[in-house]
Amino acid sequence: MPHPYIPNSVAEIKEKMMEEMGIKSIDDLYADIPAEVRFERELNVPGPYPEQEVRRRVEALLGRNQRFRCPPFLGGGVWPHYVPAVVDEIVSRAEFLTSYTPYQPEITQGMLQTLFEYQSLICELTGMEVANSSMYDWATALGEAARMAGRLTRRDAILVPYLMSPNRLAVLRAYTEPVGMRVIQVDYDEATGLIDLEDLKEKTNSETAAVYIENPSYLGFVEEEVEAIAEVAHDAGSLFIVGVDPISLGLLRPPGDYGADIVIGEGQPLGNHMNYGGPLLGIFACRGEPKMIRQMPGRIIGMTTTVDGSKRGFVMTLQTREQHIRRERATSNICTNQALCAVAAAVYLSLLGPNGLRELAELITSRAHYAMRRIGELPGVRAPIFSSYHFKEFTVSFEDRTVGEVHRELLSRGIHGGKSLVEEFPELGETALYCVTELHTKEDIDLLVSALEEVLG
Amino acid sequence: MRRFRQADWDEPLIFELSRPGRVGFTPPKAEPEVSDAAGDIEELVPQNMLRREPPKLPEVSEIMVLRHYIHLSQMNYGVNSGRFYPLGSCTMKYNPVINEVLASNPGLTELHPEQDESTVQGVLEMMYWLKRWLLEITGMDDGTLQPAAGAHGEFLGCLLIRAYHEDRGEIDERREIIVPDSAHGTNPASAMMAGFKVVEIPSREDGCVDLEALRSVVGEHTAGMMLTNPNTLGIFESDIVEIAEIVHEAGGLMYYDGANLNAILGRCRPGDMGFDIVHLNLHKTFSTPHGGGGPGSGPILVKEFLSDFLPVPTVERGEEGYYLSYDRPKTIGKIHGYYGNINPMLKAYAYILSMGPEGLREAAEVSVLNANYIARKLMKVRGITLPRAPERPRKHEAVLSASEMERETGVRTLNIAKALLDRGLHAPTIYFPLIVPEALMIEPTESEPLEALDAFIEAVREISEIAYSKPEEVLSAPRNTSVTRLDEAKAAHPKTLCLSWRMYKERLRGG
Ligand SMILES: Cc1ncc(COP(=O)(O)O)c(C=O)c1O
Repeated sequence: MPHPYIPNSVAEIKEKMMEEMGIKSIDDLYADIPAEVRFERELNVPGPYPEQEVRRRVEALLGRNQRFRCPPFLGGGVWPHYVPAVVDEIVSRAEFLTSYTPYQPEITQGMLQTLFEYQSLICELTGMEVANSSMYDWATALGEAARMAGRLTRRDAILVPYLMSPNRLAVLRAYTEPVGMRVIQVDYDEATGLIDLEDLKEKTNSETAAVYIENPSYLGFVEEEVEAIAEVAHDAGSLFIVGVDPISLGLLRPPGDYGADIVIGEGQPLGNHMNYGGPLLGIFACRGEPKMIRQMPGRIIGMTTTVDGSKRGFVMTLQTREQHIRRERATSNICTNQALCAVAAAVYLSLLGPNGLRELAELITSRAHYAMRRIGELPGVRAPIFSSYHFKEFTVSFEDRTVGEVHRELLSRGIHGGKSLVEEFPELGETALYCVTELHTKEDIDLLVSALEEVLG
Repeated sequence: MRRFRQADWDEPLIFELSRPGRVGFTPPKAEPEVSDAAGDIEELVPQNMLRREPPKLPEVSEIMVLRHYIHLSQMNYGVNSGRFYPLGSCTMKYNPVINEVLASNPGLTELHPEQDESTVQGVLEMMYWLKRWLLEITGMDDGTLQPAAGAHGEFLGCLLIRAYHEDRGEIDERREIIVPDSAHGTNPASAMMAGFKVVEIPSREDGCVDLEALRSVVGEHTAGMMLTNPNTLGIFESDIVEIAEIVHEAGGLMYYDGANLNAILGRCRPGDMGFDIVHLNLHKTFSTPHGGGGPGSGPILVKEFLSDFLPVPTVERGEEGYYLSYDRPKTIGKIHGYYGNINPMLKAYAYILSMGPEGLREAAEVSVLNANYIARKLMKVRGITLPRAPERPRKHEAVLSASEMERETGVRTLNIAKALLDRGLHAPTIYFPLIVPEALMIEPTESEPLEALDAFIEAVREISEIAYSKPEEVLSAPRNTSVTRLDEAKAAHPKTLCLSWRMYKERLRGG
């Protein structure tokens, strides 16, 4: 039976082609597969189903995911944010969506210019000179940044905050341990959660390739002594790597302003849906010195002109860093990246502009503070447990109930509360990480608070 | 030949469209009680952390942003919007529209990865079954969907090889990964990322693995071998069973680069050929769009004895439904912040449902038929040859060479590629694999009608004729694309290097 996706799956067409080629059967083209490895039965997979049936099945499947009365109060590396309609419109254009990496620049200027704009927007946002056109996600961007620091300094230790995301820490380890690098955790101040500067100083030495912080941190508070941290790193000849939530940079100082050498982060909030954690968008930016640029991982788009000099144009550049040319001496193995997520980010940042981003960041921080205050007023609850400024995530600690109990009771009321930190950081007690964004209206927050009141009541 | 002219909107940079005060999107306002509770934001933020100067993002109205990016999209080329996209090794098959519709369902797009398992049963079910089907298609036993792309899978595969030898106390000796000289660049680069030394072996005259060369490098230092089959020339490695035996006997593992799986779906399986680890590219074989560079998805599938080392979590099925299992004491940990690229997974899931077992096999067979049809016709074109065992059938792709044309007319593969663009046809992959001079790597896929194959063949024939009569005309291509030939040397030169708007402005200022 001819298949709609296979135009030549019509018996007469195949026969005509084979006749012209002088072969009798398709089997002739597979004759060189040794008999012992031929697969003789039919694959045990479902289908084929016509489009209508595929749709019915997949929609039923997705229907088995539960919807809540308001967006989940979850963050930590992926966050619920509003995606403007124009973003989805652009990323579903077949010309972008269904193209490959722009290996032929003359016919793919659209993607190249868009990615150049993405790089440029990330530079403005982070205060850096250069950005690549994407990594897989924040976690892998961290792994690559650590390795780049190792290559630049020829040192092997990476200092990280104790209270960083355990997922990112796991990925960092997987990326660095095979090449003999060590990850060393730095203590935090128990009152504020901020990095313990004394401990940092003590652990920084001539083996330190880089000091890494997350700002805002995994638990939502904002590192304040950033200059001092940068100084400790630089005095020891190490690099300073900062991981960011890009939305926060509408309100917070860009890391380029306080001495960061490499800025990484998660670009998902910039116009990308959560999609159960992927695709994400690894941000990767750094200072513009040639020796740093030469060590960058990933694809970089550059501006140039036509050969006759008459017109501006864009190409993938500095490719001698990359695997297809440098092979085992490349700066990274990355090939396919997250280009379309970068397109979404470019459209998103262009739509919001400086004022929109500022207003959004202010709105989020207001809502988060409203939520913290309301939740913190409940009996037996502390929110947050640290006394520093929080952006959109914050810790909520329960005295008399377990996080698990509270979570289940909220779920039964159609509300998804924060993420339990009990396994990740047992020393913080019965604590969960809540997140509030522009998607959580005052009504949603009030709904959460009254549900918590009932549960704790 | 149908004429072609790509759009050229002479589109400024988004920054150049900016005008103070314009907005493209307005976030909601905080409710009065919310503002009151938070108070003055500038007071709330620690003073030294407050952004005093807003980022210099462009200020552009909604319609201007929309038009800007629609214009740019029209200056791009996709499988679903173009005419023919025979980019070898990339399997540019049709990206079914229904899959996009399904993947934009809020029941998928609005799920947070930390949600309670009981609330995400649908997506877990999808991941569970997709993996099961991929295991069946490849003949493997267990796996993970975590890698975000093929190379990411290769890196993970090499970490698994590492973990296996480490577990056996042999990692200090087993430091070498063998790759053929025809391998994709990601193979050696991934081995390096995982801390291995790369040993490259030359291919035989017919482009396949040279068993003698292989025997001469394997030994107690061998950790494994990375191979794709059919290889990057599109030729099936008929000695695969023996190759695997040689590597296994030396104590190494066999890694399968699944970029070329499309050719053999339902006809043979890497698991039956002796491979221990397999990566797939869902953005190639399983029809998910490539998005102009990504996102993709690169699942890793392994034989039972490597199961313990897989990254966490994996999706399992229990009495109360599907769940994320972290129970792998020997796990290599994690290589992605969450569970991988879910959106392509859903599209691959839907694709398998649409194809079924017959459809997958038909896709493989027609992709092979199409590739051989093109190869046989093109090798008759003046100046074009099919080097390396021309008598052997190709699988899903064929690597031709324009060396002869280059020698005789000065028209190189690069020029042929650009002349194809002028005809509205995307160029094949060029100058890869490295073992074929002036390589044209052509992979038409099963998605192309005979008419498109013939139009492509006719276009190459026409280009050849012009090359032998008026070579300047080919050398000056392209002319019908948004821009003419671009100066790549200028783009990379330290004096003219420009990687961002920031650098551009500094340059204008004479910096
Ligand atoms: C043969 C081969 N191996 C590996 C890869 C890497 O896959 P990805 O681009 O998904 O990382 C590719 C794709 O370009 C390929 O063609």
